Amino acid sequence: MKLKTVLLATALTSAAYAAQAAELTVMSWGGAYETSQVEAYNKPFAASKGVTVNMVAADNPATPIAAQVEANNVTVDVADVELSDAVRLCDEGKLEVIDHAALPAGADGTPATEDFVAGALVSECAVANIVWSTVVAYDNTKVSGAASIADFFDTAKIPGKRGLRKGAKANLEMALMADGVPASEVYATLSTPEGVDRAFAKLDTIKADVVWWEAGAQPPQLLADGEVVMSTAYNGRIFNAAVAENKPFTILWDGQIMDFDLFVIPKGAPNKDLAMEYIAYATSAQALADQAKYISYGPSRKSSAPLVGLYQDGKTEMGPHMPTSPEALKNALTNDFEFWADRDVELSEKFNAWLLK
Amino acid sequence: MSDTILRTADGKPLKAALQRASAVARRRAFWLVLPLLAFVVITFVVPIGQMLSRSVTNDAFSANMPQLVAWFEANPEGTEPDEAAFAALAADLTNAAAERTIGSVATRINYDVSGTRSLFTSAGRKAKKLEAPFKESVVAMDPKWGEPIVWAAMRNASAKLTTSFYQAAMDRKLSAKGVFEKAPEDLQVYLKLFGRTLALSAVVTFLCLLLGYPVAHLLASLPMRKSSLLMILVLLPFWTSLLVRTTSWMVLLQEQGILNNTLVGLGIISDENRFALMYNQAGTIIAMTHILLPFMILPLYSVMKTIPVSYTRAARSLGATSWTTFRRIYVPQTVPGIGAGGILVFILAVGYYITPALVGGATGTLISNQIAFHMQDSLNWSLAAALAAMLLGAVLALYWVYDRLVGIDNMKLG
Amino acid sequence: MALPIYASPLERVWHKTYLLICAGIFLFLIAPILIVIPLSFNAEPYFTFTEKMLSFDPEGYSLRWYDNLLTHGMQAPDMVRDGTWWSDMWNNAQWIRAAKNSAIVGFWSTLLATSLGTLAALGLSRPEMPYRKLITAILLSPMIVPVIITATGLFFFYSNPCSVLGPLAPEGGCARLTSTYLGVILAHATLGIPFVIITVTATLTSFDKSLSRAAANLGAGPVRTFFKVQLPLITPGVVSGALFAFVTSFDEVVVVLFIGSHEQQTIPRQMWNGIREQISPSILAVATILVIISIALLTVVELLRRRSERLRGLTPQ
Repeated sequence: MKLKTVLLATALTSAAYAAQAAELTVMSWGGAYETSQVEAYNKPFAASKGVTVNMVAADNPATPIAAQVEANNVTVDVADVELSDAVRLCDEGKLEVIDHAALPAGADGTPATEDFVAGALVSECAVANIVWSTVVAYDNTKVSGAASIADFFDTAKIPGKRGLRKGAKANLEMALMADGVPASEVYATLSTPEGVDRAFAKLDTIKADVVWWEAGAQPPQLLADGEVVMSTAYNGRIFNAAVAENKPFTILWDGQIMDFDLFVIPKGAPNKDLAMEYIAYATSAQALADQAKYISYGPSRKSSAPLVGLYQDGKTEMGPHMPTSPEALKNALTNDFEFWADRDVELSEKFNAWLLK
Repeated sequence: MSDTILRTADGKPLKAALQRASAVARRRAFWLVLPLLAFVVITFVVPIGQMLSRSVTNDAFSANMPQLVAWFEANPEGTEPDEAAFAALAADLTNAAAERTIGSVATRINYDVSGTRSLFTSAGRKAKKLEAPFKESVVAMDPKWGEPIVWAAMRNASAKLTTSFYQAAMDRKLSAKGVFEKAPEDLQVYLKLFGRTLALSAVVTFLCLLLGYPVAHLLASLPMRKSSLLMILVLLPFWTSLLVRTTSWMVLLQEQGILNNTLVGLGIISDENRFALMYNQAGTIIAMTHILLPFMILPLYSVMKTIPVSYTRAARSLGATSWTTFRRIYVPQTVPGIGAGGILVFILAVGYYITPALVGGATGTLISNQIAFHMQDSLNWSLAAALAAMLLGAVLALYWVYDRLVGIDNMKLG
Repeated sequence: MALPIYASPLERVWHKTYLLICAGIFLFLIAPILIVIPLSFNAEPYFTFTEKMLSFDPEGYSLRWYDNLLTHGMQAPDMVRDGTWWSDMWNNAQWIRAAKNSAIVGFWSTLLATSLGTLAALGLSRPEMPYRKLITAILLSPMIVPVIITATGLFFFYSNPCSVLGPLAPEGGCARLTSTYLGVILAHATLGIPFVIITVTATLTSFDKSLSRAAANLGAGPVRTFFKVQLPLITPGVVSGALFAFVTSFDEVVVVLFIGSHEQQTIPRQMWNGIREQISPSILAVATILVIISIALLTVVELLRRRSERLRGLTPQ
């Protein structure tokens, strides 16, 4: 009799489990960043909901998403994209609208719409999960006395090759900041033809010494190989190289450019409701703070900041390594997605033409 | 009455029987080819055709702004936008904003007129509140709406077929007057890149010929046993993964790489003056020459193999010096090989993507990299298709020349 | 190549120089391939020869990058190497998965390209074949069209095959082929076809047609003639065509990048990520293994060539 009950119970629970065992497909960027998301979001979410969460990587998830929606054949439920792509895809009707009011309240009870940092909820189709930044990093065994973004553009003061991303974005802003434009006026300056010329003129001063990179993992490699002495880079990659692999790299926070990564749901996603639940879970204050245990990207909620603890090695305090730390914010710029959505085509062409010269 | 028609054994006219037999044979041969032909046409020719058609058809604007499209159709080019036009615009904007297609419309116009993306998206947000007279209220929202360039771009995008992506691919831009004109110097990219692609391919082809000719000559004149051993040195790179070869050139040529380290170690150059051989044109040229060299050697070799040695002997015995013999007797006979190898290398070089992407840096990338950029980063697929069509046109022209010179059914490998 | 007896001293000098130049070119061809072999045993995570390596200190060399090929991506790489470890490696190690994917994609695409290609080559080599030039041009075009264009076109086609097939599309609609094995296999088969056509047609041109007539005369049907007479004689061409098709697939990265996904990670795609992402000498270890495989394949081809010449009654000089 007892055995029978146990069997029955097992049969019932497994039937219920089978009914629930939906699958969710999340698309992200691969590398250490993806690992941090798997650890902080996917594993606990899968365990608590009894679902399978698949993680797939793409060079830039916005591309396959756009193609899938265009072809009306969507397989991805949640994607991690950059702000300008989120805004653009949202305007093009390729994303589902996300009800921001339905997101969980912050750790201190603040409603979600207040808890997120400014700009994190700017698109009605997206919820930001991290703040990342483009920074200048250098090899501290070869470079000394680098104090400001201007030094990056000063090959007389600090001789040696520079690494820059092969694209207009971030480079133009950094060039202007190095030329003395205050962070608050960078985009206003860049909106004028003279401002653009000024930025390119500043880039001209180091053009001959630049090694161009394209993928985020290249700058630490170029620094490690000695191909460059200073490079622009994504702060998380430099943190990983410096802390996890003990490379002698230092980040120069002066003139950093902050940006968001956001979760979106492609239009026609197979498991839209589950995707919504996933996003609500992943952008809760605790989950965001947990992610910081694996990578030095800042949580997008204010109430997550006090919850951020130690790096997974158990000894490195993460706070100072965040782009949002007070030290890092002294002279920081936030990427203006409207500006780039409008001017990307033109400035990219200009940049490409400039490269050809 | 004698029958003049030749007949087969069973009494049918021979001519008809032969015709039938040859028709059967033709059909049989065709049936053997048909499965593959169908496969290639469906999985290759048609998809490429469809992709290229994107370069002239982009309905992001025309499908989402129907009333304005109707107005453009009713009014010929040059008509000043009147109240009806602005009313249609306001209605379409409201509609597109509600349907969430305003972004596609904005992206489409922004390709032609930079900075108009936010003009559309912000107008979409406010369009509901617009009231007649629309001309005044729309322009009051943003004076840009009154500019001829915006209207020219919209008219241009409202057509079923558009040339604007080819215009962009040829570095032509909409001017303030609303006509396509040569873009300013600092915005010209693609023609220069096409030029660079052709120039680099020509350099690589020339280097391949320069290096391939002596080697092919040596291989062709050695006895078989020795030459097939040396042939392995040619074929090994040919068979080795492209990525492996590109990687090893990176290892060899980068600034802290083996070549520079050796030269510094030997004291030939100083530590500060290391050669920059990677992430620039030099890197692309060296790596591509290496990768394409076998494609030059193999056709040269197969031609040189057929040249009888008695011709050169005859020339020598008639008093020609070895140089004259080489120049006037040997080289002319190898011209078919030079043509075949040269065109093959050139065709392959023009479409190269992987190697320039890895070792090209800023100055060593080719048009293919720009196509990939528009495919994967900027998501401007129509422009990517236009660039691809132009590249394909160049390659097909060369293919045609190759067919004329060598005949495609004479292509040989290894 | 011996010089004629009447060569002048100047010619002799020039001949020596010429041989030297050729040696230099051969070095250029082969050096980049040989250089990766010692570097793959580097004990340091760098791409250059270390002091210890140059002084042949055993400490400068290690097998760690080969080990890394096995352990990278494993769930528990540091456990004792027992059965569980090996099964973990077999199922999870990224390079092993990539090798398996490459093998699957390579095998099926080669099979498809070789069978369809051989059939078509048989048709093309018949003198009665109508529109031969045009059809050959179409069948060889995948080799000529820049691969970036092919990849782009296939990307759209595979995203939604029905939109291209038009009236030919099946009633129930078609499944997406991007991010599927089938998609990558079909694409690679397309790219491999020209090689099969070229090599098989070349063998068929030298095929003595009186042999099939003799077979027919002796009462064999066309199918039997094909399998008993033609096929054994053109086998070398078919095999080397298949090898070319396999290598094409095995070396292909652009199409996989465009239409494959994480699931279809092949060796070249994994290497591409490695070169673009974290550069480690693991790539050199893979490169060494691939070089050894290509030497093996090359030997096979050379042996086949000799066999084919022997069969056709041509002895190597």
